[in-house]
Amino acid sequence: MSSQISAAPAQNSSPVDWWKYLLLAVILLVVLPLALDIFRLNLIGKYLTYAFVAIGLVLCWGCGGILSLGQGVFFGLGGYCMAMFLKLEASNPEATAIQSTPGIPDFMDWNQLTELPWFWQPFHSLSFTLLAVIAVPVIFAFIIGVAMFTRRVGGVYFAIITQAIAAILTILIIGQQGYTGGVNGITDLRTFVGWDIRTESAQYLLYFVNVALLFACLFAALYIKRCKLGRLLVAMREKEDRVRFSGYNVASFKIFVFCIGAAFAAIGGAMFTLQVGFMSPSFVGIVPSIEMVIFCAVGGRLSLLGAVYGTLLVNLAKTSFSESFPELWLFAMGALFIGVVLAFPDGLAGLYQTYIQPWFKHFINREKVGLTPPAPIPEKTTTPAKEPVASSLSSSLEESRNVPA
Amino acid sequence: MSQLNQKTSDKDFVLSVEGLTVSFDGFKAVDDLSLYVEEQEIRVIIGPNGAGKTTVLDLICGRTKATEGSIKFKKKELTRLKEHQIVHAGVGRKFQTPSIYEDLSVFENLEISYPRGRNVWGALTFKRDQQVQDKILEIAEMVFLTDKLHDQADLLSHGQKQWLEIGMLLIQDPELLMLDEPVAGMSVAERKQTAELLQSITKQRSVLVIEHDMQFVEDIADRVTVLHQGKVLSEGSMQRVKNDPKVIEVYLGH
Repeated sequence: MSSQISAAPAQNSSPVDWWKYLLLAVILLVVLPLALDIFRLNLIGKYLTYAFVAIGLVLCWGCGGILSLGQGVFFGLGGYCMAMFLKLEASNPEATAIQSTPGIPDFMDWNQLTELPWFWQPFHSLSFTLLAVIAVPVIFAFIIGVAMFTRRVGGVYFAIITQAIAAILTILIIGQQGYTGGVNGITDLRTFVGWDIRTESAQYLLYFVNVALLFACLFAALYIKRCKLGRLLVAMREKEDRVRFSGYNVASFKIFVFCIGAAFAAIGGAMFTLQVGFMSPSFVGIVPSIEMVIFCAVGGRLSLLGAVYGTLLVNLAKTSFSESFPELWLFAMGALFIGVVLAFPDGLAGLYQTYIQPWFKHFINREKVGLTPPAPIPEKTTTPAKEPVASSLSSSLEESRNVPA
Repeated sequence: MSQLNQKTSDKDFVLSVEGLTVSFDGFKAVDDLSLYVEEQEIRVIIGPNGAGKTTVLDLICGRTKATEGSIKFKKKELTRLKEHQIVHAGVGRKFQTPSIYEDLSVFENLEISYPRGRNVWGALTFKRDQQVQDKILEIAEMVFLTDKLHDQADLLSHGQKQWLEIGMLLIQDPELLMLDEPVAGMSVAERKQTAELLQSITKQRSVLVIEHDMQFVEDIADRVTVLHQGKVLSEGSMQRVKNDPKVIEVYLGH
């Protein structure tokens, strides 16, 4: 077939479909802001903060096969770091004059604390906070990663342990009410360096900042996925031993990608706090962590863009569905997850690859053939003809390979 | 005894295994085994099922940790190194069942095995330059996969997968190549091709092969080691081993 003896790149290195990223950018930056009022747009902004987590999961889980059921931990840590800064700013002595100890956050006062705990002190500084938003979750992920991956804990055991960590952290936050705000979380956040984040204009700006950061993370993830490290992750997912005996320290790569996932989640968490105006343990625990995995699975765990669309769609469904049938939502979510895993394991991106893309290609090819009839026909026809066959075998791997981003 | 071993390991052996023992819950899979491989030698290990052949390879490449004994590769003690460090020292291992990355293309399989960019930073900044491409083309030609270079690896036949894995080892350019049943499941034609391949690639390196196919063993072996119950039963040229009454009794049979 391809007797070409060039060292041309193969599947994973096929050119990026930049138009898809452009399309997403147009939707997020032009269409939605024009079509939606600020309340709805703010909701979209909130959903997009989960997309950061989903992108990290594409790298960890989709590429590397490391299923973490505790990404809420990193989302929460990032969010809490930001919330602590905002809370300190909101708790200046004038605003808290009625408290028995003015100048400390209100929940501390309610819990009979009389001075700011030591670990809250550095969060007076903006630069420390911005650093901590990333550094705290990444260091935590690094510790978990070193402890797990160098001992070769993987697969379902790793998933269970991360889930346990999410549960432990939730319990810790709720239990240490005086230091963390307990089950209510850190609420009543007002200004970010003197700038009121509750106004409409602030929410618009934060939405755009959020989208910009999302694209930064998308491109970083795209780079990682397409460089040799991305192919190594796939190789590790398939034959970890082979990678090890090809001279790689497998644990170091797993730790790296796990930390990257944590960093993305943390940025999402911080943006969540800024846009929604509070942070609570309900975004740290097991349920939100699993929900984030579902967003990623629905979008297609091998597709970065799929993860973004999956997050948006599931959350839109959640909002509209839970408005009418609140108690049914969790069941619907579970059913959705089972359905995705059983029926279309590559999610929306897989469906796109299987059904829409071949049709697209066919359409484009026909145009091309019309212009330059003889040459390209034999070569071109092989590709689209093969794809539906492969996918009808429902070989998930077969499909996933073609997912470009 | 240990003094004697000390002396022998001073000779120019690429690999000297001495007093190697591994016990799994009291069962000694490999029992006080000593084995010396010279430079550019093709050594074949044969023996009945459960003789400990694969375990010996596992021990050398660090997959299993030895209970006792030493494995010296070019005077470097391997028993204390991690798997990837052993690879860096120059030992390559092929597994019994073809162990390749089926989701990646043949090209990418070989590229991952190319010995550069083996840490996180290196992998992030790895460039597919001319040198890499040339080497991959060269290896692909050696293992008869030039026209499959851009095919998905899971589309290869069983024999081609075995070749691909051999290619993945060759691109690492190891000084000691360990192959676990390289021709298992191959057609007669493929076996012949593989034997030729092994003859050509072993010119610059030492090879340790586990194999059951006696014809194939005769074709390639410089020397043969027969293992039985974790111990060396016999060692020498194929001719000698074949006529050793102990070997005939436990392995070659009637």
